[in-house]
Amino acid sequence: MPITEADVEKVAQLAHMEITPVELKIFAPQMAEIVAYVEQLNALNTADVQPSLGGLTPEGEATDSARDDATVPSLGQKTALAEAPDAASGHFRVPKVL
Amino acid sequence: MQRQDTFGYQKYFRKRERNEVETDADFPFFIFHCLRWPRDTVRGMSEIESIKKSITGGETSARAVVESSVNAAERLNETLNAFLQIDRDSAVKRAESIKESGSPLAGIPIAIKDNICVQGLQTSCGSRILGDYHPPYNATVIERLLSAGAVVIGKTNCDEFAMGSSNENSAFGAVKNPWDTSRVPGGSSGGSAAAVAAGIVPVALGSDTGGSVRQPASLCGVVGLKPTYGRNSRYGLVAFASSLDQVGIFARNVEDVARVLGIIAGRDPHDATTADVPVPDYTAELTTDIKGARLGFPKALFGEGLDAEVRDCVKAAVDVYRELGAEIVEVELPHAQYSIAVYYIIATAEASSNLARFDGVRYGFRAEDAPELRQMYRKTREEGFGPEVKRRIMLGTYVLSAGYYEAYYHKAQQVRSLLKQDFQKAFETCDAIITPTSPTPAFLIGEKVDDPLAMYLSDIYTVTANLAGIPGLNVPCGLSSARLPIGFQLLGAYWSEPTLFKLAHAYETARPFTERPPVRAD
Repeated sequence: MPITEADVEKVAQLAHMEITPVELKIFAPQMAEIVAYVEQLNALNTADVQPSLGGLTPEGEATDSARDDATVPSLGQKTALAEAPDAASGHFRVPKVL
Repeated sequence: MQRQDTFGYQKYFRKRERNEVETDADFPFFIFHCLRWPRDTVRGMSEIESIKKSITGGETSARAVVESSVNAAERLNETLNAFLQIDRDSAVKRAESIKESGSPLAGIPIAIKDNICVQGLQTSCGSRILGDYHPPYNATVIERLLSAGAVVIGKTNCDEFAMGSSNENSAFGAVKNPWDTSRVPGGSSGGSAAAVAAGIVPVALGSDTGGSVRQPASLCGVVGLKPTYGRNSRYGLVAFASSLDQVGIFARNVEDVARVLGIIAGRDPHDATTADVPVPDYTAELTTDIKGARLGFPKALFGEGLDAEVRDCVKAAVDVYRELGAEIVEVELPHAQYSIAVYYIIATAEASSNLARFDGVRYGFRAEDAPELRQMYRKTREEGFGPEVKRRIMLGTYVLSAGYYEAYYHKAQQVRSLLKQDFQKAFETCDAIITPTSPTPAFLIGEKVDDPLAMYLSDIYTVTANLAGIPGLNVPCGLSSARLPIGFQLLGAYWSEPTLFKLAHAYETARPFTERPPVRAD
């Protein structure tokens, strides 16, 4: 099923991204072409194949990644807020939600 | 007129032509007074070792080495645009403070791709949305390099969030290829590749999600490694596609890549995907005796779409291996033809999720004139991301959206399993597989910029390693008729980096790649 401009608009909305009318005209045919290309996978019968969830090697899967449940120093409020575009009173400040 | 051979330089090269050079100790080291450090004059030998020797021998100092590197970076940046930030003051200060010359990288200048966090420097990921973001911590790989005495001289340009194969997707302008500045250096770690190729630094780090170290290494004529998934830590590497990303290494010889991998590799509690696998001494087995090694040749990958010069050059490399006593075994990777399709589903899906964090709240850029929260998110992401990143976020969102997950993402992960099985089967009959790294030498800036699918296809030989989690290494093997580098790729089973290094070292010893790009540091 080819991707239409309406699909691209919907996806942009899901991705919290505004796109301009000019971008829409460019992206829609490009995305349609790429999706048509990846659909070649449909030619493969994968009914009995387990999906590869994650990129892990057998050794990676066997590695116990659990950490001790111990408190360690964290960044701290000052450092955590240092790069914020807008911070006030120890918080990230954002425009009104409603 | 005969030129006077004051430093024994010509004598050395005559000796080298007769293959009488035994070790790099034969090199006339006093010439370093003029050159500061021996930018790959002895191709194939460890430059790290040469620099360290000249520092401990008193011919030069860590400060002089680092200054020379910073000078070159600054001077060549107008031409190459390889660096987004060069930090002269702290690099020189750090070089002066290095007293422990015994450390494995004491005084060695290193460049870092701008998507790996270095405290005190910016991390922009080549994106407007991060801009001059300064991370409050070092990536684990950086901590390990610093503990080994390395000096970070700056952050290198890259495709925005490592998405691209040409470096043209950087918000801060394309990097130029030092072999021909009208051409791309490859991507996404193009700045790191160009910096090493031009002799600005002996070593640089990049990241490889679908070939972003190996492909630019090939286009710039340097050695480039993507290690086994889980070999080194991704903590502090800004995530693009978490099941594919791995920090990789550039250098002008195999031994330096091996040395640096030995330092950065290993388990890290901050990255749950690092595997508990011992880190061997990667330099220990760098012999040139590869008699009896079995090299897999996937005939099907040398057909349609491959540039004739690249094909001939890589086939000639296969002949060199045969001469060196390796056995060439034909192998089949029946699902490799689907790898680009699988990759662009998985990579975009993971990217759409990872890049959700860039919302203008905690760091980086925030759009102005957005009085409501959702509007602020949308405008920030619209103004902050470039076209390729937007395209991939949208593709990823699409393939994960309701009703499509099974058809795309689930299917792609199934085909990924089939590809893994292909490699597993192939490695039962061979120790490593040889392929081209890139289907063409460096292409022109602007050539593929309007055709994303054509651009994606430049990763055709490299994405398989990321999907399967196996290591891959680019080795330079010649120049095209237009004097552009060509490389071949060695792929190995999980944790087989020592085998790849050995095979690559045997090749570079037999056929040293001594050509130098016209734009260079010395």
